Amino acid sequence: MTNYETHEHDVLVVGAGGAGLRAAIEASAQGMNVGLVCKSLLGKAHTVMAEGGVAAALGNVDPEDNWEVHFQDTMNGGKMMNNWRMAQLHAQEAPDRVRELQEWGAVFDRTNKGQILQRAFGGHKYKRLCHVGDRTGLEMIRTLQDQGVHRGFAVYMECAITKLIKDGDKVSGAFGYYREDGRYVLFKAKAIVLATGGVGKAFTVTSNSWEYTADGQGLAYDAGADLIDMEFVQFHPTGMVWPPGVRGILVTEGVRGEGGILRNKDGYRFMRDYLPESTKDQFSADDAESERWVNAAIAGVKTNDKRPPELSTRDNVARAIYTEVKEGRGSPHGGVFLDISYQDAARVRKKLPSMYHQFKDLADVDITAGPMEVGPTMHYIMGGIRVDADSQMSRVPGLFAAGECSGGMHGANRLGGNSLSDLIVFGRLAGVGAADYVKKLGGAPAVPQDQVDAAIAEMEEPFRRGADSNAKNPYDVQKKLNQIMSTYVGIFRNKEDLETGIQKLQELKEDVKNVATKGSKTYNPGWHMCRDLKNMLIASEAIARSALSREESRGAHSRTDFEQLSPELGKYNTAISKDGEGMKLEKTPCPVMPEDLKKLFAKKETTHNG
Amino acid sequence: MNETKAATGTMHPHTGMTTRHDAWWLAPLMVATGFTLFIVYATYRAFENNFYEIGAIISPFYSPKIVLDWFPFSPALLILWMPAGFRATCYYYRKAYYRAYFLTPPACGVKVYGNKGYTGERAFPFVLQNLHRYFFYLAVLVLTILWYDAFKALIEPKFHLDLVTVIMFINCFLLSGYTFGCHAYRHLAGGGLNCFSENESTKQRFKIWEFVTKLNEHHMGWAWCSLFSVGFTDFYIRQVCANVFPNPTFF
Amino acid sequence: MAEANLKVFRGEKDSGTFENYKVPIEEGMVVLDAIHYIQQNIDPTIAVRWNCKAAKCGSCSAEVNGRPQLLCKSRMDKFEPGEEITVQPIKTFPHVKDLVSDVSWNYEVNKKIVPFTPKPGHNWVVYQEDIERVQEFRKCIECFLCQNVCHVLRDHDRKDGFYGPRFMVRLAGLEMHPVDSANRLKMVKEDAGVGFCNITKCCTEVCPEDIHITDNAIIPLKERVVDEFYDPIAKFFKSVFKAK
Repeated sequence: MTNYETHEHDVLVVGAGGAGLRAAIEASAQGMNVGLVCKSLLGKAHTVMAEGGVAAALGNVDPEDNWEVHFQDTMNGGKMMNNWRMAQLHAQEAPDRVRELQEWGAVFDRTNKGQILQRAFGGHKYKRLCHVGDRTGLEMIRTLQDQGVHRGFAVYMECAITKLIKDGDKVSGAFGYYREDGRYVLFKAKAIVLATGGVGKAFTVTSNSWEYTADGQGLAYDAGADLIDMEFVQFHPTGMVWPPGVRGILVTEGVRGEGGILRNKDGYRFMRDYLPESTKDQFSADDAESERWVNAAIAGVKTNDKRPPELSTRDNVARAIYTEVKEGRGSPHGGVFLDISYQDAARVRKKLPSMYHQFKDLADVDITAGPMEVGPTMHYIMGGIRVDADSQMSRVPGLFAAGECSGGMHGANRLGGNSLSDLIVFGRLAGVGAADYVKKLGGAPAVPQDQVDAAIAEMEEPFRRGADSNAKNPYDVQKKLNQIMSTYVGIFRNKEDLETGIQKLQELKEDVKNVATKGSKTYNPGWHMCRDLKNMLIASEAIARSALSREESRGAHSRTDFEQLSPELGKYNTAISKDGEGMKLEKTPCPVMPEDLKKLFAKKETTHNG
Repeated sequence: MNETKAATGTMHPHTGMTTRHDAWWLAPLMVATGFTLFIVYATYRAFENNFYEIGAIISPFYSPKIVLDWFPFSPALLILWMPAGFRATCYYYRKAYYRAYFLTPPACGVKVYGNKGYTGERAFPFVLQNLHRYFFYLAVLVLTILWYDAFKALIEPKFHLDLVTVIMFINCFLLSGYTFGCHAYRHLAGGGLNCFSENESTKQRFKIWEFVTKLNEHHMGWAWCSLFSVGFTDFYIRQVCANVFPNPTFF
Repeated sequence: MAEANLKVFRGEKDSGTFENYKVPIEEGMVVLDAIHYIQQNIDPTIAVRWNCKAAKCGSCSAEVNGRPQLLCKSRMDKFEPGEEITVQPIKTFPHVKDLVSDVSWNYEVNKKIVPFTPKPGHNWVVYQEDIERVQEFRKCIECFLCQNVCHVLRDHDRKDGFYGPRFMVRLAGLEMHPVDSANRLKMVKEDAGVGFCNITKCCTEVCPEDIHITDNAIIPLKERVVDEFYDPIAKFFKSVFKAK
């Protein structure tokens, strides 16, 4: 019998990024005994990579702003696929959550009047992003971390969860291992909050770190939850393209928010050509107007000039760049040029310090002296675990999800800055939801030993296969998975590609069954990868199947064989769930927005996706 | 793949003092050489008790000249302890001599020399480094006198400019840049405040703090330049007094 | 294709050897890429802690040719062609495996620091010039390279008496915050042991975020401690003015 240690908690939070930390803080504040599990060290989660800011309608810079406008922007950005209730809660509660961060010690940039400064971002009508230079995510995670350590909840660092344990239909625990020495650990918990982030490592070019292996999606799927909107994968328009080692690393939208200009290899400013008709009136008419808008923004004065076309939503800009490159007008390394160097060098260094260092240190490019080369990079998945909008509970009792691994909030396309606010709004709600659930639950559910044994056996497998002749190297399998996803399930999709992709994923499943490792369990990344592949494959298949089923172009989902947006298909979410050993896909009706909120949206039915 | 070296050590796989490949020993060696040369020269001059005054010109080592009947030694000794104390407790010099003389550590990532009973600046003698701000006050006093000396050399016996006077002014300028970029002064000027915008007085102190901060960023540069200039000024005056170097007059 | 010679420490809990690897060099490659190459093509069990690969998370701290630095920021083109590149784990903390050390001590220290305590009823009107100093400290990515290089922790092993540069930065950020109301100076002097620091500035030299740890955090804290504990004259004047 293999040994494992056991811990008991009321609420176990899996993932210690913004959402996980916020959930743990909240559950703890509600009197729960909380455990927080994170795959890397505390404070290293991918939230630190968020740069541009956190969207909240404080109205400090543009007093016209309020939650209703933020709500409309979010729904419009998401092509009305969003769960309206989540979008509403998000817009309403984000300002309080940001002020709360400030009270916990976050040091946001300030306006001349001493209030939190806000910057413009794509898809946001007003200047709405509270920020700290271009390292807002770091500020947020450090603030939550420092707040968390004094709450006294247990933190299990470098610990990965491999299986959720259930007592009947209810969640009752989680099994995992410590990365450091490979020892196994069982958490008995009355409620579990998944806050594990995204799926980026299924793609070749991604802004995500190694941690983004779809853990939450995979665990929840296996436990019986359903995954919605998985076809909506956001490609951030601006990732680094050179040198190869840093390909995909994020270049913040803040560069464009501060006035960065996109040009192709001929020096042509192409973005205006790609603006959808329906939003053209929101953008400047010519370069002179763009320039006036930028100057006004720098001076911190109000203007009636409209914003530059570079501030269109991410899906548009990503498609524009992709098309420019594909049609042969790209930069030498397969991107386009993003230029902020026309501005005062000291100001650029002040407002975008980490971009300055990132390019200087990693690419030998001085962004105050010349343009950057950028191209689309897989960045975010809008879809995820379906949860109740108010409690964040999935359809599995006791299983909650918050942040990127949950679905519904962002619809078909997420606006920049809405992610950080998503984390703190729904992180908190998940904490409240989990605490309420536990209070009503009564006794602790049972942890069946056979499930624990099965989880152990699964983890031992890759070592046992080490000597097999058909043993696969997990890194090779991951590379194959990346190629499949990037080739067949990328920015532009069509039926034929998606079907090929699904077919190849089926074949890859056999490889995943044969991945093997050697050596000891002490910090053995090859072994860890063996387990991660399983989750990535679940998410990849869910993405591909959902994408195949949605025969329209909507938000981040672009079908070359169905270029129009279909009002009829917009009424349904795609839901993926486990059905025996297979994957079941259903079309479930979107929640219907109440009349008072519907009134906020002008009657403007369009079939153009943009 | 072949094994090249077995790791030793109880704490961690590091062999010897360091695995640095570069010439890490060069900087501390140069610093130690520079300091030693200056200290030897300054000590010699302090006890020389000669060649420090000619006309209205006086060496910075001997100014202000205080002659006390009961003090049989060189008058420089009555003065030099003040700037010497200022420099000895200076945050930059501390870094430099802890590295160069005490080898704690000689360079970054290089093992310290002797690690028994290290107390840093918590215990005697180095706890006295906390007196730095008092030496700063004294240094300002001495600096004022040196400026006075420079102006005196300019206008006595009549308004004129000679080479020594120019050297004295340059020396005063460099010493001022060093003195007013001092970390203790930076704290006293405004660094001790938590809120610069609180009222008019704190706003003024913020402006001073910003200026001191600019000087402070190059404190090391000011420290070495002013050390050299004060030594050179004394040396040149000594040579003029001893009739070795000329002192041409410009007007 | 050009090849780099890497000499990487391999082993568990201090016992181990340096092993040599030949890794093909790509343009713009960093040492972390080279370690990943080894992981993917030579030995999947080689352990390295990393996350963002963009110098933002501070996970991949190690010592390259004896210099503490982030592996993701150590560019291969900085080395001479054919130069042997030694890669070791950070020395100051207990070794786990290969390039990974156990840095959990730092998290324990962090717990001891009195958290941000805003003045009750503050209106949160705070001006940029008042927080700029604090924002510099908030850039810290907790790579713990400063903790690793600090000789007080590294050679004298005084983890019992000194919190280390990282937490001096945190303490300075709290003490200088215009809205904070707690006084941590006794802690700075005693438990945190600011006096152990002899301002030899290695922390500043290795900081990948260019935080001026010594000049802007530690020395100002030392001066604040002087105010409180070593400057009776200033204290006297302050109390006189306060009494009025």
